[in-house]
Amino acid sequence: MKYAWPWQLRRNGVLNMNMRNINYIGRYNPRKYYKRVDDKLLTKQLALANDIAVPDLIGVIREQHEIADIPEMVRGRSGFVIKPAKGSGGKGILVITHVEHHRYYKPNGHEITPSEVDRHVSNILSGLFSLGGKTDVAIVEGLIEFDPVFDGYSYEGVPDIRLIVFKGFPVMGMLRLSTTASDGKANLHQGAVGVGLDIATGQGLHAVQFDCPLEHHPDTGKRLIDIKVPHWDTLLHTASSTYEMCELGYLGTDMVLDQRKGPLLLELNARPGLAIQIANGKGILPRLRHIEAMRGPSMSPEERVAYAKTHFSSSSVS
Amino acid sequence: MHSRKPFYLFVALLFALGLSASIYRGIEHHVPFLPGEQVQSWTVDAKVSFQGKGVPAEVSFSLPQDPAFEILVENTTSPGYGLTISNNEHDRRAVWSTRDAIGKQDLYYKVTLIPTGQIQIAAPDTPPAVEEYLWPATEQTAAEKVIEEVWSRSASNLTFAQQLMAVITGKDRSQNVELLLSSQSPTKLFVRMLHSKGIPAMEVNGLYLEDQRRRQQLSSFVEVYHKQQWVLFDLNKGTQGRPNNLLLWERTGRSVLDVMGGVNSLVNFSMLQDTRSALATSIDLMVNKNALDFSLYQLPLEEQSLFKSILLIPIGVLMVVFLRVIIGIKTSGTFMPVLIALAFIQTTLLTGLIGFLLIVSFGLMIRSYLSYLNLLLISRISAVIIVVIGIIGLFTMLAYKFGLSEGVTITYFPMIILAWTIERMSILWEEQGPKEVVMQGGGSLLVATLAYLAMSATWVQHWVFNFLGMHLVILALVLLMGQYTGYRLLELKRFKPLAGE
Repeated sequence: MKYAWPWQLRRNGVLNMNMRNINYIGRYNPRKYYKRVDDKLLTKQLALANDIAVPDLIGVIREQHEIADIPEMVRGRSGFVIKPAKGSGGKGILVITHVEHHRYYKPNGHEITPSEVDRHVSNILSGLFSLGGKTDVAIVEGLIEFDPVFDGYSYEGVPDIRLIVFKGFPVMGMLRLSTTASDGKANLHQGAVGVGLDIATGQGLHAVQFDCPLEHHPDTGKRLIDIKVPHWDTLLHTASSTYEMCELGYLGTDMVLDQRKGPLLLELNARPGLAIQIANGKGILPRLRHIEAMRGPSMSPEERVAYAKTHFSSSSVS
Repeated sequence: MHSRKPFYLFVALLFALGLSASIYRGIEHHVPFLPGEQVQSWTVDAKVSFQGKGVPAEVSFSLPQDPAFEILVENTTSPGYGLTISNNEHDRRAVWSTRDAIGKQDLYYKVTLIPTGQIQIAAPDTPPAVEEYLWPATEQTAAEKVIEEVWSRSASNLTFAQQLMAVITGKDRSQNVELLLSSQSPTKLFVRMLHSKGIPAMEVNGLYLEDQRRRQQLSSFVEVYHKQQWVLFDLNKGTQGRPNNLLLWERTGRSVLDVMGGVNSLVNFSMLQDTRSALATSIDLMVNKNALDFSLYQLPLEEQSLFKSILLIPIGVLMVVFLRVIIGIKTSGTFMPVLIALAFIQTTLLTGLIGFLLIVSFGLMIRSYLSYLNLLLISRISAVIIVVIGIIGLFTMLAYKFGLSEGVTITYFPMIILAWTIERMSILWEEQGPKEVVMQGGGSLLVATLAYLAMSATWVQHWVFNFLGMHLVILALVLLMGQYTGYRLLELKRFKPLAGE
C-alpha cells in the first residue's frame, strides 16, 4: 500500500497543505505583517531592535552601480554571504568561505570570479530570486562559523534548526542537515536530511530524507538520532520571542549555531512547510489545537517556553 | 472565527440559481441538453387556387394555430397581390387582395412547423356560450328522440359525446339517425346535437401530416368542451383523441377559405418531413419571439466565436483548481496550463504537445546561451520573447514547406506565456537540476492535457455556451473547493510514514 487512508492521517493529527493555508496561515498570519518576514533586511533590523542575535550585516546593495563597491565592502574578511532580501526557499544565496588576492572561493573549493559575483548580485537586484519577480536588494552578511558540534552530521553545508512557533509557543522542531544529494543546501525537498527534535531537550528523535525514514547520514554514516542540539534553551527563547517581534501566529524560524556567538536567527518563514511532521514522525495538529484551546492571560516568552517543554516533549502525552 | 453559514448559503444560492437558469433555458426555450440533437420539422405548402372573374378579388385564408406545433418560418408567394396577415387572439388569417383577377389564380402559403409535444388543447375556465340549433320541423322529433336516448345513457359531457358518436358512426344505425344523416354530414349532426344539450363544441379542420404527400385536403373534427379542455372527435373515423401527426389548421369554427370575386376556389396541401439541428431550431424560435435577451447568439458572429473560447476558460480553471487542491499536482505558473490547453484546442492535442515541447526545448537551448551574456532580467526575458517568435515563425514555415498543415497551427501558442515558461524552467534547471524541470514541466503538461480534454468535449462546449447558468455552478464549485481543508490525494502518499499507530 503506497497510499495512506485519510482517516489514518486524521487520527494521527497530520496537518495538510489546504488546512495549513486556510486554518493557520489564513487565520493567524495577518497579511500586513508578511513583509516583516519576506524581507530579510527588515527581519534583521527588527531582530536587532528586539535584542535577537543575527549574523553580522556587512552591507546592503540597492542599485546596480553599487555592485562595484563589493570588494571594498568585504575587504579584510575571510568570507561572506550574499543573499537576496526577498528570496524564497534558499534561492540565490552565494556563500564565499575564502578570499585570496581578490579571488573568491565557494565552500566546495571552486573558484568564482569577481565578474560572476557581480552578475549574481545584478540578478538579485533584477528580482530573479524574489517572489513574483519584484526588484530586490542584496544583503552582504558575515560568514557564520559553525559550531563543530555538528561535524560529521552535515555535508558541505549549513545545518540549521527549524522551529515551528505557534502563537509564540515553540511546538515542533527539527534539525536540517545538508547532503550530497541536496548539494550543500538545507532544503528537505532538495534532499537534505531532517531530524525531528524533542522540544524539551533538543534530542534527536527520528530522521528522514526525501520523506522516507532513515537512521544514518547518507554521506557520513553517523547515527542521526544521537544528535543533541546544544544551547537548546536559548534557541527556544529566541524562537519564542520572534512572535512579539513579527506578530505572525504561525511561523517557522530558521536558526544556526555560531561557534562564538551562539544561536543566530537566520530567517523567518510565514509559510513553513509540512515536512517537519515527517521528520518528527508525528502530526502537529494535536499541539496546535492544544494551544488554540488555551485560555487565560498572555504569557511571556519564558513562560511559553516552559509550557511547551512540559506539554510538547516526546515523553509527555500530546 | 465567524460563521460559515452565510458562505454556504451563498454557494447554495449560486448553485441553485445556475442550475435553475440552465433548466429554464432548456425547457422554456427548447435548447437541447445534448449537442447534436435533432428535431423533426414539417414543411407544409398550401396552394389556394380559384378562377378570377375580372373583378377585384379578396381571398381570406386561415393560418394554422395549434399549440402542438410552433411556427418556425412562414412565407407566401403571390405576385400581384397585396397581403395582410391579421393576427388576433383566436384567429390568424392571411388576406390576399387584388384589383383585377382574371383566369386561374394560384396563391401559395408555406410554413415550417416544429412539434412541441403539447397534445392537450387547453380551454378557458368558463366554456364559451352555446347557440342552440333550431332543428327543422321534419327532423325535430327524430333528433330529440336520439338525444334523449343517448342522454339517459351518459353521465357527463364526455360520455355523452362518446355515446353520441357511437350512435352516429355505428354500423347498425337507427332509422332516426339515418334520417338525420341524409341531410347533413355526421360532423355537423354531432355538433348540432351537442349544442342542443348546451354542450360547447365546434367544428375544426385539421391536416394529417404524412411525409411526401401531395394534394391533401383538410379533414373535419369536432372539439368538445370537457373539464377545461377541448377533446377531439373524428366523426369520419369514429375515433376520439388526437393523433400525433395531426395539425389543427383552423380552430375557430369559421371557414378555412373565403374568396370574394372568384369561383371554384380550392385549397390543396403538400407536405415534407425534415430533420434539423435542435439547437439551430431553438435559436430560430428565440429569434422569432425576440427572446434572445440573455443569449450570446444576439452578438455578431465574430464575437460569438471569441466568446466560445472565452467561456471555456472557467472549465480549464475549474480543472486546475481541482488538480491542485484535491489532487495536489504541482504546475509551473498557476494558470499557464489553461492557456496552453486553449492553444491545444486550436492545434489539436498531439500537434500541440509536439509543438510545445519543440518550442520550449529550443527556447531552453537559446536561453542557456543568453545566460552567458550576463544580461539584466528584463532584457533577457524580452530577448526570449523575440526568440520564441522566431522559433514559432521558423517552425510554421518549415511545416508549411513540408506540407504539414497541422504544424501551421503552432502560431496559436501564447508567446509571452511561453517565454516566461522558458525563463522559469531555465532557472529551475540551473538551481534544482533537470529532474525538477521534467517534474514541473510534466505536471504542467499533464494538467494542460486534462484541461484540454475537459474543454474539448463537445457537450462541455455546448453547455458552457448555451447554458450560461453553468458558469454560476462552476463559480460555486470553485468557491467550495476554496474551503476544502482535507488531504490532497498526493499527500496521502507523502504522509504515508505517519499513517501507522
